[in-house]
Amino acid sequence: MPESPVPAPAPVRFLLGSAPVALADADPTLTLLEYLRETAGRKGTKEGCAEGDCGACTVAVGEPDGDRMRWRAMNACILFVGALHGRQVLTVEDLPAPDGSLHPVQQAMVENHASQCGFCTPGFVMSLFALYRQGRRVGRRGIGDALAGNLCRCTGYGPILAAAEAMWETPGRDDHIARQAEAARTALEEMAAEPLVGLARDGRRFLAPRTADQLAALLLEHPDAVVLSGGTDVGLWVTKQLRQLPTIVHTGRVAELARIEDGPDALIIGAAVRLSEAATAIGALYPDFGEVFRRYGSAQVRNAGTLCGNVANGSPIGDSPPGLIALGAEMTLRRGDTRRRIPVEAFFIDYGKQDRQPSEFVESITVPKPRPGWLFRMFKLSKRFDQDISAVCGAFHLEVADGTVRSARVAYGGMAATPRRALRAEAALVGRPWSEPTVRAAMAAMAEDFAPITDMRASAWYRQEAAANLLLKVYLDSRDGGAPSSVLDCEAA
Amino acid sequence: MHAAFTDVTRVVAKALPHDSAAKHVAGTAVYVDDIPEPAGLLHVQLGGSAEAHARVVKLDLEPVRAMPGVVAVLTAADIPGRNDVSPVAGDDPLFADGLVEHVGQPLFAVVARSYREARMAVRQARVEYEPLPALLDIDAAMREKLFISEPYEMKRGDAERALGRARNRLKGRVVVGGQEHFYLEGQVAMAIPGEDGEMTVHSSTQHPSEIQHVVARVLGLPHARVVVETRRMGGGFGGKESQASFVAAAAALAARVTGHPAKLRLDRDDDMTMTGKRHDFVMDYDVGFDDDGRITGIDFAFASRCGRSADLSDAINDRAMFHADNAYYLENARIRSYRCKTHTVSNTAFRGFGGPQGMCAIERVIEEIALHLGKDPLDVRKLNLYGTTDRNVTPYYMTVEDNILPGLIEELERSAEYRRRREAVKAFNAASPVLKKGLALTPVKFGISFTTTHLNQAGALVHVYQDGSVHLNHGGTEMGQGLNIKVAQVVAETFAIDIGQVRITATSTDKVPNTSATAASSGSDMNGMAAQAAATAIKQRLRDFAAVTAGVPPDHVSWTAEGITAGDRHWTFAELAKEAYLARISLSSTGYYRTPKIHWNRKAARGRPFYYFAYGAAVSEAVIDTLTGENRILRVDILHDVGRSLNPAIDLGQVEGGFIQGMGWLTTEELWFDSSGRLRTHAPSTYKIPACSDRPPVFNIRLIEGQPNREETIYRSKAVGEPPLMLAISAWLALADAVAAVGDHKVAPRLDAPATPERILAAVCDVRRRAAAPAEAAVPERPAAE
Repeated sequence: MPESPVPAPAPVRFLLGSAPVALADADPTLTLLEYLRETAGRKGTKEGCAEGDCGACTVAVGEPDGDRMRWRAMNACILFVGALHGRQVLTVEDLPAPDGSLHPVQQAMVENHASQCGFCTPGFVMSLFALYRQGRRVGRRGIGDALAGNLCRCTGYGPILAAAEAMWETPGRDDHIARQAEAARTALEEMAAEPLVGLARDGRRFLAPRTADQLAALLLEHPDAVVLSGGTDVGLWVTKQLRQLPTIVHTGRVAELARIEDGPDALIIGAAVRLSEAATAIGALYPDFGEVFRRYGSAQVRNAGTLCGNVANGSPIGDSPPGLIALGAEMTLRRGDTRRRIPVEAFFIDYGKQDRQPSEFVESITVPKPRPGWLFRMFKLSKRFDQDISAVCGAFHLEVADGTVRSARVAYGGMAATPRRALRAEAALVGRPWSEPTVRAAMAAMAEDFAPITDMRASAWYRQEAAANLLLKVYLDSRDGGAPSSVLDCEAA
Repeated sequence: MHAAFTDVTRVVAKALPHDSAAKHVAGTAVYVDDIPEPAGLLHVQLGGSAEAHARVVKLDLEPVRAMPGVVAVLTAADIPGRNDVSPVAGDDPLFADGLVEHVGQPLFAVVARSYREARMAVRQARVEYEPLPALLDIDAAMREKLFISEPYEMKRGDAERALGRARNRLKGRVVVGGQEHFYLEGQVAMAIPGEDGEMTVHSSTQHPSEIQHVVARVLGLPHARVVVETRRMGGGFGGKESQASFVAAAAALAARVTGHPAKLRLDRDDDMTMTGKRHDFVMDYDVGFDDDGRITGIDFAFASRCGRSADLSDAINDRAMFHADNAYYLENARIRSYRCKTHTVSNTAFRGFGGPQGMCAIERVIEEIALHLGKDPLDVRKLNLYGTTDRNVTPYYMTVEDNILPGLIEELERSAEYRRRREAVKAFNAASPVLKKGLALTPVKFGISFTTTHLNQAGALVHVYQDGSVHLNHGGTEMGQGLNIKVAQVVAETFAIDIGQVRITATSTDKVPNTSATAASSGSDMNGMAAQAAATAIKQRLRDFAAVTAGVPPDHVSWTAEGITAGDRHWTFAELAKEAYLARISLSSTGYYRTPKIHWNRKAARGRPFYYFAYGAAVSEAVIDTLTGENRILRVDILHDVGRSLNPAIDLGQVEGGFIQGMGWLTTEELWFDSSGRLRTHAPSTYKIPACSDRPPVFNIRLIEGQPNREETIYRSKAVGEPPLMLAISAWLALADAVAAVGDHKVAPRLDAPATPERILAAVCDVRRRAAAPAEAAVPERPAAE
């Protein structure tokens, strides 16, 4: 038996409120929600859907951020406890002051009549708490973005929005949160030093290494391992499909993978970079891409999920691949010490099949920076604007010079078994004048590019029709003096 | 005058917060799944059919039994009583026995030591089916004439003759989809066995008495051995009226068979697959009208998808017919109703209870008339409104005595600047080729009372203790709607004490028996009255005691918030309670209420099924993208009638929440069944209820003032639970109006509900096509059902 290059795992440790928790013998797919409700007796956190879509289970997960603590809203239902090492979990029970008085967020909710049945309420409170502790006030749109992952079926949201707007002014202090933060930070930093932590039960394991080399070595050792980043999809394999995962290797503790490298020509986004941070960086370069990210999942999902995970998971309806493919982004895969770089486009082979070998993981994605003359547009079509999976997601990357289309990369999600380019439509554009007849010809050509399916999100007809219309939209918007082209920018008469 | 009808109140009509608000935000409000678990608690899960319609050839449950943690596996053979959990018709087995009639229909239950173990085990069953032909939708059932009950008809005047003579005539079809309740707390019950077969069940239900009856029926027990308790639900919306029963019954059966407490909590996907929804409807109309737009005759044929059993479908379809007029006088009307049996889950109550679907039909008809005549739909609406002294008899022969809509609509038209915005929308559309706006004002007139007359009764139980604290119990259930705080306000008002002195307690069948469901918006009307009766009885005794003690006549006793004064004696409420106790005066009373005036002869389709009507109106403005079908509701203005509000904060919450829920139903919420009858939108990832940002950015809601209920309801308030949902019809029709702009309002858009981006884009394409070729026939054919 060859000696493993990585040490034996230490217990997974985290803070629940201010109390340290250590777990070693536990089901590797134990979720935080199960732990809170069944072991810790914290019944304030609710299960509404067990798939990260309703937000009733929202908790605040804290990490040291420089010399302070930063808490982010996450869905406890699909968050494995193994992923919590070196983090602090605050639940609704932690918010009232020691004398029992309500936190300003909670008080504002009461004063604005923001609960009816109350079942979603703890989740809203925790999402708002994360926003409150962010310290920076946001307007209606920012509040809406922070709450997009929390569903309420009773109130119609108005009173909750009113509470959110009032919370910063609501009397009551949250000194007790700040007071414990310093001690929490110290304790978490000590935990962070642990080289490898894990859980094991019945021969199934959860392993969370601290370095990329360890990660690579563990994957060589366990070729059947599931690579877990944010778990916003893998979580559902457990809660919905009830799959027994043999070994889980988690990327979330690997600091060197959690960086965005800002190069002269490109951003290099590491495997553990949260979607929320990748979205900010990419959105600064490509506003439409940022807008798609704003509507991608929810704050809870973007705080857990990663850009690399969104690609690696291979879904035909993930929202980042069309944009990345249209931009000609590349990805670096690593197996042991071997790395290879391929276009994101080439990663997607067929439905459920990607160009990734056993023991290989996506180390980073390289996103080119815009160059003069580039036109980049991106659209996400779904039944609901926020937190919905796209029926169609289209990305358009054109170079138009002197009224002529010099190059075109048009990529869609939701139109085929993989995210794919519309090659015939592209061919109908390139070398032609950027005009409505050209665009109409490309729209007609697109009918040959795809044969989409009919499912619960949309019919084949809608996908085909809307996908083509998006190209027309790109054209119409590119002309001067157009009226606002998004219903999101409209105001009442 | 009766105390209830005086104008000055201390506690009633105040905007007090929900009684559980502080507990909600602190996470300390206890729902069924949060109740501390008794030792030895077992977890139950249900195994459902994979087929829509099939004979079960073999049900091999050995692999289930072999799974870790499994304690028992239960089938129909294990039921000691009757295998029936239905509310009315006796056609809902707890476990299918040989025949399955919808995907997900429970076949068996597994009882295991943990929730996860039960979930793992339940998937291991090996079931062999012999598939039978499945009728999955309304059209299929209409073709086969498969109904859950006889077609039904309401008729007044002579529609056929009027249609024959009409100056103008239009025929068409309106299709509206169903709706999942999506209560945030899924169905759940915990059963605890007691001595002599007794069973205590904690159930998340709107109808504890029915759970009691069903559990007793399934276990073969007298009602008196079953106690059902409900402190609160995490949302109900009608979904926990009749369909909490099978969950509670399975938990109780597991507790009976194993002798251990047992809990059943449905996972969201199971919940959405196994429980019924709002009925989808196909509604055909044939309408005649004069050149002003006044309807002279109308013939409606409604068909709904009831699913595999009757459940509450008859009453729901009746209510759709009762609201086929909405707010309009239909002098010559025929309304037919077909209740389709399909091999899908049995549809059930949902806020509005059929009323919303009926209203959608007539409101679409009004829009079509306006488009046909080139008039503003608001003018056609006003022309057709019920009169206040004439033109005021419904198609079911009830005289509308309390119509406030003409004034209400005028006021809303002004405050929402309807006419100015109509012009602004026109101007916007003229300048905008891709984005189009639409505007619609729709009214609501909603009948209040259970149309099954005997259900209109309620009970309450009030105890006053020696320290002056008050224990309040009533038959209604709290699902977030604020019923408990309203009833507590009534009791506090009656005793002139602070609201904090009134302790609200869990609804329980051993405190108030034989209750009706908390449904039909009737909760505060009926339970408020019953609680007031109970409190008034105690107050009367205390007043008499004070009078006797002070030696003055009872009407010389002064009773205020400062205390009770009689002659030279003065007591605080607590002092009087204590002294009365010592004098052996009973400080406990039940209270009872039955709604007056109502009667209904279903056979003749005549009567007064409703005590009164609740009114309201809304203006919605929408914008659509004609390239993608994307859309927004930009502004909504609501003026709604709650009579004299018991609690304006609670009532505003009901209005706003109801509107958004209705808007979801008519826009983003789509139930999508595949060709084998499987619901594929069975979780929030695929079924999209409104999110925070879907709330219209401009949303003005007002309760109409100075309009107390003309009937003697509790403090002259009006029911508010359901009516506001139907205000959202304005949002749907505003979207349709935007679609009509594509064809310059020359052709009527066939925008069915839910108006998803796809349906909007399809309607846009259809309008473009028809506007270019106006000769095309506009009347779809439907299979005859007679």
